[in-house]
Amino acid sequence: MTTTTLAALPRTEEQTARGDEARAGWGLLAPFAVLYLLFLIGPALYGLVLSFFDASSVRTGLGSFAGFGNYAEALGSSDFWSSMWHTVLFTLLTTPPLVIVAMGLAMLADRLKHGRWFFRLAFFAPYVVPATCVALVFTWMYTPTGLYSSWLTSVGLTAPAWLADPNWAMISVALMTVWWTIGFNFVLYLAGLQEIPQELYEASAVDGASPLAQLRRITVPLLGRTTLLVTMLQILASLKVFDQIYLLTSGGPNYATRPVIEYIYDVGFTDFRTGYGAAASMLYFVVILAVSVVWFVANRRLGRRS
Amino acid sequence: MTVPRTSDAGGEPSRRRSPTGPSGISRRAALAALGVAGLGASTGCGSVLAGVAGTGPPADALTYWNLFTGGDGSHMVEMEDRYRKQHPDVHLNAVTLSWGTPYYTKLALAILGNRPPDVAVTHLSRLPTLAAGNLLEPLRGDDLARHGMTADRFTPAAWRKGQVDGKQYAVPLDTHPFVMFYNVDICRKAGLLDADGRIAPITGTDGLVAALAACRKVTGAYGGVVNVNADPSTCWRWFDTLYGQLGGEVLADDGTRIVLDDAKAAQVLAFQRELTVGRKLMPSNIDGNGVNQLFANGKVGLLFDGVWQLPTYQATKLKFSMAPVPNVFGGAYHCFADSHALILPRNAGRDAHRRDTSLGLVRGLLDASMVWAEGGHVPAWKNVQDSAAFRKLRPQSEYVPAAEAAVYDPAGWYSGAGSDFENIMGFAVAAAEAGQISPDAAVRQIRTKLNGYASRPAPVGGTA
Repeated sequence: MTTTTLAALPRTEEQTARGDEARAGWGLLAPFAVLYLLFLIGPALYGLVLSFFDASSVRTGLGSFAGFGNYAEALGSSDFWSSMWHTVLFTLLTTPPLVIVAMGLAMLADRLKHGRWFFRLAFFAPYVVPATCVALVFTWMYTPTGLYSSWLTSVGLTAPAWLADPNWAMISVALMTVWWTIGFNFVLYLAGLQEIPQELYEASAVDGASPLAQLRRITVPLLGRTTLLVTMLQILASLKVFDQIYLLTSGGPNYATRPVIEYIYDVGFTDFRTGYGAAASMLYFVVILAVSVVWFVANRRLGRRS
Repeated sequence: MTVPRTSDAGGEPSRRRSPTGPSGISRRAALAALGVAGLGASTGCGSVLAGVAGTGPPADALTYWNLFTGGDGSHMVEMEDRYRKQHPDVHLNAVTLSWGTPYYTKLALAILGNRPPDVAVTHLSRLPTLAAGNLLEPLRGDDLARHGMTADRFTPAAWRKGQVDGKQYAVPLDTHPFVMFYNVDICRKAGLLDADGRIAPITGTDGLVAALAACRKVTGAYGGVVNVNADPSTCWRWFDTLYGQLGGEVLADDGTRIVLDDAKAAQVLAFQRELTVGRKLMPSNIDGNGVNQLFANGKVGLLFDGVWQLPTYQATKLKFSMAPVPNVFGGAYHCFADSHALILPRNAGRDAHRRDTSLGLVRGLLDASMVWAEGGHVPAWKNVQDSAAFRKLRPQSEYVPAAEAAVYDPAGWYSGAGSDFENIMGFAVAAAEAGQISPDAAVRQIRTKLNGYASRPAPVGGTA
C-alpha cells in the first residue's frame, strides 16, 4: 500500500537533493509509521472514544453515550483503586532488587577471567522462558508441600503460605519475577560496564585507589545513564504486570494481588463492559504517561550535564 | 495484507463465480486464481480460499467451536471422528478455543461480526446471557423432533436449563455435578462402607464431621480435602452445594436483585471453616496440585470436586469411587452442577438445509456421548444414559442422582461458568476457609461486591 502511494507522488525536476532525502526518510519510516498508526494510534484513539460510551462486547455499535460516567465510576470504585495499588506495590517490590541485584551480578560476571559466557547465559536464560512455564514451575515450588516449604521446615522454620496468605502472595510473585526477569537488566549493565574505559581503572590504581573506591568513584557514577535507563524500563515493565499474577494467584487470595490490568481484563472482557474497561485503561495510561515524562525529563537533564 | 497484494498483482479483482469453462477465464484471472489457491494452500485454510475466490464453501461444510482441551478435548475429537465416519458427505471443521472468558468473548464477537460457527458449545450457566444478547437462534420443536431430540429423551434439569423465557436455545450434552470422591481402602478401614463396598449414606453436619474424623484416624493427617487457593470456582461450587441444601439462593430477577440469605450463608461458611481451620479435618492452605497429591497418594479419604477430575485419578493406581456430596444440611437434596450444551449461534445466512445439517451434527455428538461419559460427565442423552453400557460404567453411573439434583448458577449477565460472580463468591469463601476473615465479614464482602453488579444496567441485550 505504501509503495503505491509513494510511486504515485509527482516527481518534478526542481526538487532539491535535500527534498529527496527527506522523502527517502519518510519512505523508509513509512512501513513502521503505517503499522504504528494502524495497530497502536488507531486502536488507542478508538479506545478513547469507547471510554465515553456504555460499549459492550456482546452488542453491536458503541452503545449509549456515557460522558464521563465511566471515568467517574472508575475513580469512585474501591476495586479499581485497590488494583491500582497492587500494581504500584508490585512495582515497589520488584524495581529495587531488579536494578541493584542486576548491577551486582553484572559487576561480578564482568570481573571473571574464565567462563564468562557461562554466567552470562546462566543469568540471562530465565528471561527467555515464557511466563506460563515459569508460573507452572513456581506454582509447584510454592505449593504448601513444595520445595520452599520443605526447605524451611527442614531448618526448623515455619514456612509461610506463599501464595495463599494475603500478606505473602505479592512478595512471592515478586520473588519469582526477580529470578525470571533479572537477565534483561543484567545484560544492559554488562554493556554499560564495557563502555567504561579501562584506563580509568589503571590510572586510579596508579594513584592508589582501593577497589572499593574504584567502585564508588568510577563504576557506579559512570553507570549512571545505564541505571536511569534500567530503572525507568523496569518501572514501566513492572507497571504492566499481569501474566505471572494471573497464572500464579488469579488475582487472589481474596483479590489481594489483582493488578490493574487484570481489573481491566475482568471488567472489559469477562463482564463484557468494553466502554468501562476502556475508561479504566485510559486512567492507567495517564499513570504510565506521567512516569514516561519523568524519565524523559531526567534523561535530558543528565544528557545536558555530561 | 493479502487483499491489496492480490489486487495489485492481478489488476483484476478475482470476483469470478465457480469456473464454467476454460473459454470464459482470462489468463490474468487464472493466474490470480492460482495465486489465491497457493495462498489457501499455504495457510491451510479452506475457508480463506473459498472466501477470496468467491466460490463459497461446499454445501455441507460445518464449523463447530468448542472449548475442550486435555482429556475432554481428546474425547471430543473422537466423537467428531465418529460423526465424520457416519456423515462422509459433511466436511466438519472443528475449532478448539481456550476455556472461559477468551472463548465467550470470541464467540460473541464472531456472532456480532456475522462469522459465527454453525454449532458451538456453551455452558448452560452462560445460556441466559447469550440469549439476552440475542446471540442465539431459538430451536424449533419440530426441527428438533425431526432429529429425535425431544424433552423426554434428556435429563430433565439439563433440558429445562436449555430454555430461556420458554424458548429452547440449547441441547444439553451432559451434566457435570460437584461430587464426593472417596478412597475405598481408607473408607473401609474407617468403617464408612456398606456391605456392597459402597460408601454408606452420610447425613447431617455431625455425620460429615464424624466421617472425616474417622478418615483422619486412618491417614494420620487429614480426613478430606477441597481446593482453597487460587481456584474461586471450586470454592463457589463447594459453598453452593451446601448453601443450596439450606434452600439458599444468591441472585434473582436475572441478577438485578440480591437474595442472599445472610444467616444461612454465614452458617455454611462457618461450617466450611470448622472443617478447615476449626477442626483441621481438611487443609486450609492447599492448591490444585496439593489436592491431587493428597488424594492420589492416599493421604485423605474424601475429596470434594467436579466429576471432570475423574480421568486424573483413573490415571493413577488409586482405588476410589464417587458418590453425590452428602446431604449435610438436610434440606431438599441439591448440588452444584453445570452442563455443556450445543447451540446454534445466530446467523442470518442459515437456511433450512444448513440448520438441518447442523442439528444432524448435534444429534451425532449426542449419539457418541458414551465416549463423553468416560471423562466423568453424566450424559444428558437418555439413549446413552439408560443404556446397559453406561449403567455398567463405574463410577459414572453411581452419581447420576447428582445430575438430576443439579442446580445451576443463577441467571445474570455477570454470572455463569468462569464469570466474575464465581470469583466474587469463591474469593470470599476461600478467605473464610483459610481463616483470614470471619464468616460474617465474608458475607458482607459478598454483598458489597455483588451490589456493584446488581445495581448496574446489563451490558447485554438492548440495541442488538
